[in-house]
Amino acid sequence: MEVPILKQGLYLIASIQAALSDLDLVHLRDALAEKVGKFRARGVIVDVTVLDVMDSFASRTLRDLAHMTRLRGAETVIVGIQPEVAFAMVQLGLTLEGVDTALDLEEGLAFLDKKTKRHPSRG
Amino acid sequence: MANEAVVTINTDADVVAARQKGRELATELGFVSTDSTLLATAISELARNIIRYAKHGEILIAPVQSGDRVGITVVARDKGPGIANIPLAMQDGFSTSGGLGLGLPGVKRLMDEFHLVSDANTGTTVTIKKWKR
Ligand SMILES: Nc1ncnc2c1ncn2[C@@H]1O[C@H](COP(=O)(O)OP(=O)(O)OP(=O)(O)O)[C@@H](O)[C@H]1O
Ligand SMILES: [Mg+2]
Repeated sequence: MEVPILKQGLYLIASIQAALSDLDLVHLRDALAEKVGKFRARGVIVDVTVLDVMDSFASRTLRDLAHMTRLRGAETVIVGIQPEVAFAMVQLGLTLEGVDTALDLEEGLAFLDKKTKRHPSRG
Repeated sequence: MANEAVVTINTDADVVAARQKGRELATELGFVSTDSTLLATAISELARNIIRYAKHGEILIAPVQSGDRVGITVVARDKGPGIANIPLAMQDGFSTSGGLGLGLPGVKRLMDEFHLVSDANTGTTVTIKKWKR
């Protein structure tokens, strides 16, 4: 199940459509790191609204994704973590530390607008 | 009562299949949705451990009853290398694969009951239970 990545202005938006295998997630991570360069994107949004499970591997891969894209010059925000999923993550001990999150796509976009403006040199 | 299911674990796609089976049964038995999510997450951790450390194994998901309590038991078993030091493996942050080391201790926190048997000759069996609230 490949995740479609849309380009919207300076941002890339990856909307996960269905449950993802570990391999799918790794593909998403690598595809985004590559496309940030290709499209000179400043921000990335990963929408995980449909994910009903976020386990240790998924958390780690999303964290790596955020760090990789940051090293490529773009900020990443994860949006749409469901309340039950958040509860399970906390019980597991998964904090997604160092990764920005927002409630939904709209909040994610607003967050990126603010965040990328804080670095005027990056325009 | 609902039926049990056995999911063979060979590839990472089987991890998704196993946790979906778990959620299905939980929903069928009338688990609150938060608990279905906890169960599915626990199954996901156990299934991925099988793939990562033992390559192959299976996950049995079955309804259980005790008095008037209804629950789900999950047995994740493999004939892999086994766990040398179980107390260590149960510590938050311990990993032999560069993982977060949260799988086993996290699963224990997510479930009502947790039982781990492992040695180098027979492999690893993790049995967990979640009771319906
Ligand atoms: N089925 C298994 N067979 C053999 N060893 C295992 C098995 N499951 C777990 N282990 C051992 O126990 C350790 C702890 O497992 P745990 O799931 O807690 O963390 P992890 O898999 O290393 O990282 P994470 O699950 O957070 O990605 C593993 O690193 C591994 O050495
Ligand atoms: Mg693990």
